[in-house]
Amino acid sequence: MPRILVQAADFNPGAELARLGGEETGGIASFTGIVRASHGGSPRIAALTLEHYPGMTEAALAKLAACAQARWELTGCTIIHRVGRLLPGENIVFVAAASAHRGDALQAVAFLIDYLKTSAPFWKAEEREDGTRQWVAARAADEAAAAGWDE
Amino acid sequence: MKLLYFAWVREKIGQTEENLPLPEGVSTVGGLISWLRARSPGHAAAFADPRLIRCAIGQEFAGLDTPLAGAAEVAFFPPVTGG
Repeated sequence: MPRILVQAADFNPGAELARLGGEETGGIASFTGIVRASHGGSPRIAALTLEHYPGMTEAALAKLAACAQARWELTGCTIIHRVGRLLPGENIVFVAAASAHRGDALQAVAFLIDYLKTSAPFWKAEEREDGTRQWVAARAADEAAAAGWDE
Repeated sequence: MKLLYFAWVREKIGQTEENLPLPEGVSTVGGLISWLRARSPGHAAAFADPRLIRCAIGQEFAGLDTPLAGAAEVAFFPPVTGG
């Protein structure tokens, strides 16, 4: 069973990795996303607010985990996404995959984060240091990264 | 039919949700977008460019051609930006 959490509270990546260990697990790969203040321009980001579609979000993440488990041999899989207002430096997303072999774990993690960005109903609004606020636009590069797994 | 709005779609419309029967003559997601555009200036602003609108029916992604028959929950929102 994958572990899927959508929550306002922070998470502990170390504790999450420890949960995925076991006698049949050869390795655990993970990705931790962190709110970044700099987005290549000024003004800098003062905070992000994450909105989501309760119900559909959990279903989309469960489907994503099921896709990864069908495609790679995993002994465990975790997806955690925070919602609400987050400050630069805070954790925002965590995905991890455990497997008997490193290749499966590493590829599954890359797939999970690439697909999460285009298939789970989350939206980010940025608050800038100059007091302005704006919804983040979807990036073509994210669409391309997710589409790459379909080839 | 319950309509849900998220992110800037919600802000432009000024409502998180509304309930209405399937309008006469409307059978697809694209048709509903065209119909909703005439509902208020906020709806017109939200649905001005259908290329920027994504839809889910019953919490599953749906395209502009997807039929609405039997749909109980239809959500409109911008392209997703999580992660």
